[in-house]
Amino acid sequence: MTPGSEADLRDIVAVAVLAEEPLAIEGTGSKRGLGRPVQAARTLSLAGMSGVTLYEPEELVLSAKAGTPIAEIEALLDAHDQRLEFEPMDYGPLHGLEPWQGTLGGVVACNLSGPRRLKQGAARDHILGVRAVSGRAEIFKSGGRVVKNVTGYDLSKGLTGSYGTLAVMSEITVKVLPKSETEATLVLRGLSDEEAAGAMAAAMGSPAEVSGAAHLPAYVAARVADAALGEASATLIRIEGFGPSVEARAAHLGKALERVAALERLEPEASRRVWRDVRDVRPFVDGTQKPVWRLSVTPTKGHAVVMSLRMQAAIDAFYDWQGGLVWLRMEAGEPEDGLVRETLRRFGGGHATLVRASESVRAATAVFQPQEPALAGLSKRLKAQFDPKGVLNPGRMG
Amino acid sequence: MSVSMPKPSEAILKRRAAIVDALCDIVPGEGVVSAANEMAVFESDGLTAYRQLPLVVVLPETVEQVAEVLRYCHREEIPVVPRGSGTSLSGGALPLQDGVLLVLSKFNRVLSIDFDNRCAVVQPGVTNLGITRAVEHRGFYYAPDPSSQIACSIGGNVAENSGGVHCLKYGLTANNVLGVEFVTIEGEIVRLGGRHLDAEGYDLLGLMTGSEGLLGVVTEVTVRILQKPETARAVLIGFPTSEEAGACVAAIIAKGIIPGGMEMMDRPAILAAEDFVHAGYPTNVEALLIVELDGPAAEVDHLLAEVERIGIENGAVVCKVSQSEDERAAFWAGRKAAFPAVGRISPDYYCMDGTIPRKELPKVLAGMRAMSEKYGLRVANVFHAGDGNLHPLILYDANREGELHRAEEFGNDILRLCVEVGGVLTGEHGVGVEKRDLMPEMFGDDDIKHQQRVKCAFDDKHLLNPGKVFPVLHRCAELGRMHVHKGQVAFPDLPRF
Repeated sequence: MTPGSEADLRDIVAVAVLAEEPLAIEGTGSKRGLGRPVQAARTLSLAGMSGVTLYEPEELVLSAKAGTPIAEIEALLDAHDQRLEFEPMDYGPLHGLEPWQGTLGGVVACNLSGPRRLKQGAARDHILGVRAVSGRAEIFKSGGRVVKNVTGYDLSKGLTGSYGTLAVMSEITVKVLPKSETEATLVLRGLSDEEAAGAMAAAMGSPAEVSGAAHLPAYVAARVADAALGEASATLIRIEGFGPSVEARAAHLGKALERVAALERLEPEASRRVWRDVRDVRPFVDGTQKPVWRLSVTPTKGHAVVMSLRMQAAIDAFYDWQGGLVWLRMEAGEPEDGLVRETLRRFGGGHATLVRASESVRAATAVFQPQEPALAGLSKRLKAQFDPKGVLNPGRMG
Repeated sequence: MSVSMPKPSEAILKRRAAIVDALCDIVPGEGVVSAANEMAVFESDGLTAYRQLPLVVVLPETVEQVAEVLRYCHREEIPVVPRGSGTSLSGGALPLQDGVLLVLSKFNRVLSIDFDNRCAVVQPGVTNLGITRAVEHRGFYYAPDPSSQIACSIGGNVAENSGGVHCLKYGLTANNVLGVEFVTIEGEIVRLGGRHLDAEGYDLLGLMTGSEGLLGVVTEVTVRILQKPETARAVLIGFPTSEEAGACVAAIIAKGIIPGGMEMMDRPAILAAEDFVHAGYPTNVEALLIVELDGPAAEVDHLLAEVERIGIENGAVVCKVSQSEDERAAFWAGRKAAFPAVGRISPDYYCMDGTIPRKELPKVLAGMRAMSEKYGLRVANVFHAGDGNLHPLILYDANREGELHRAEEFGNDILRLCVEVGGVLTGEHGVGVEKRDLMPEMFGDDDIKHQQRVKCAFDDKHLLNPGKVFPVLHRCAELGRMHVHKGQVAFPDLPRF
């Protein structure tokens, strides 16, 4: 079913509630491989609710219907030298799909952010307002179109990352920001994972306003930007901004880091290509269904988690967010969720999400990090408040 | 005081002595305050027009004590009002006659500082500025800086999602908190987030932040700390009209420049501030911008030249760049002292807090001038121009019959106008009791009910901070009922599947 208006959308949910027949919610279906498989009689597609409804570049705000292609929004912003500051990532290639098939609603429902998340916040930090239909078949709105707003609960954040299980978003308002005039990436060569963690912490703790800090071990480094980085491990430090500022910061940071390792520098075009590939997990785009985990950990502990896992399983890994985001591919084909989560627990906690696996594996594995009982109870009660009949994407986050 | 609070429960008032005894068992020593003269200091927060002595004040020292107090109150169905430093400007910490006031001021320790992961773990009673003080020896700071930062607590900042002058570039509290530990009304201890990014599952951290003490009691906060910018310089730009100042703000942003701070003051505020602190403000302009640029020296110098050029293009008659750290501080001193400065020219003032789309500023200022005439009260304006957050200060004299009431009506009209032009009722001060009854100006019935359903997931007996935020207290059982009927569906017989 493809509603063309918010009223149609509400009616479809109302019928589902009356019939107690669950709906699978999607935009274009590009993220079907994320989360647990949904058992639903029917699919509700937001693809028919598309289009930018408000864009005022000088006010740094954009509203669009949930089914608007994210590629359309990025192109519009780009034409005005602006961007989505959270640098949404794209799981398409990792799931064997063409890139950039998704919608704004999908990006927000899954809270997808890229490398710049480390400095500028996640998708949830840039959502100013939403309109949505809850599992009660009622239309509601939250937030507004201004940055500074504490009027009532922030349901916009509540819906971001909820995978369509609380409400179906119909329209979303986001904060946008000017594009950087230019960028550069410093590349430290040949560091071990542990040495890289130290170098990235030093860079992030400097006043250089680093907007990306990733580490690609040797095998992985060869698999970004058509092998432009060569074979040796590469630790990437990105600096963005106005020309003179980027020069000054790159020079300053380069001086501090040249004692640590051999240093190279990527100019804007090469820098953008490398970061795009890091963002979209291109090193693990291999045409297989080998399980891929996304670990969110204390940044300085990422390398220790990986080291411990390497001793016990065949894995491949690389790091973004100063080491706090670990992409992990299980080479033997099994998800080994017990091992992964136990290791995480031993190194200060965080969460592990299975972001690529066959449908049968995802049906049999806890895709999202299991929650402590008190927290799980609150989440369950929130779901029951918004979707008492369980008609919206049942089981997707379960 | 025009907002009415829930009627106190006679049954609870009658049991007061037993409740005090039970709380003394949980929090021994001097942790329970029950004498009226000792409780007087807690009878109001920053919204001093509203005053109420609480049933009893409890100052726990451990998380276990907090949990035990909440379990007891939940079991006995006694309302609880959490309080940090009590600087809320919207009455968020206003006590209830039949409610326990749970004061977190003894939770005042910095628990750990982790420079490599750029975060600090602190107890909720630590002041906002206290965090910066604890980390600045290594060049770090905590970015959100509400004007009350010397006194306000980080727990209160989380409850109110506090802002400050640097929000456009550095975000609000919600964007700078990585995790919290909180206690539910049932006494369960829950941890959200931590030193890692993006706590997955439902964003309960996002819901807790700005929930005004209605969802849980925060007992620990993990905040992001940032390296201080290498340099910061400010420029004063004066304009003959506020329209030109507004156009200048838009032009700066259109150029891709996001200043660390961008403040605007109108003539009454400029005159009051200059007279008070002699900041060097021009007194012959209608609108004054303070634009602060921060970052590497190369960037700041580059952008300052741009901003000056944009200012002159937009009709600036004064343009003055700070030449020293002292001068920069002086530029800010005037702005930061704007409230007390206005306090010198009027016996009382009432501080409002709406946000508008920036482009609507001329319309809103014109509307305020008309209202000022209508109500016969003066108004001075300070404005976070970068993010559209207005702080009109309505001048009145509480000793004059009816002036407070007129000031409140004036304020309400300003907020209605903010909503009308696409803005919101409160940018950073919170709804509390002050703006509670205005919520329907911005939200429809279903909007508010969905917010209340969040409340029901956390506190279905409405024991935490009742009477705040929501104009009507719907019982959760009533909110839980489903109201979907075939007749409500536009075309019930249409084959849809």
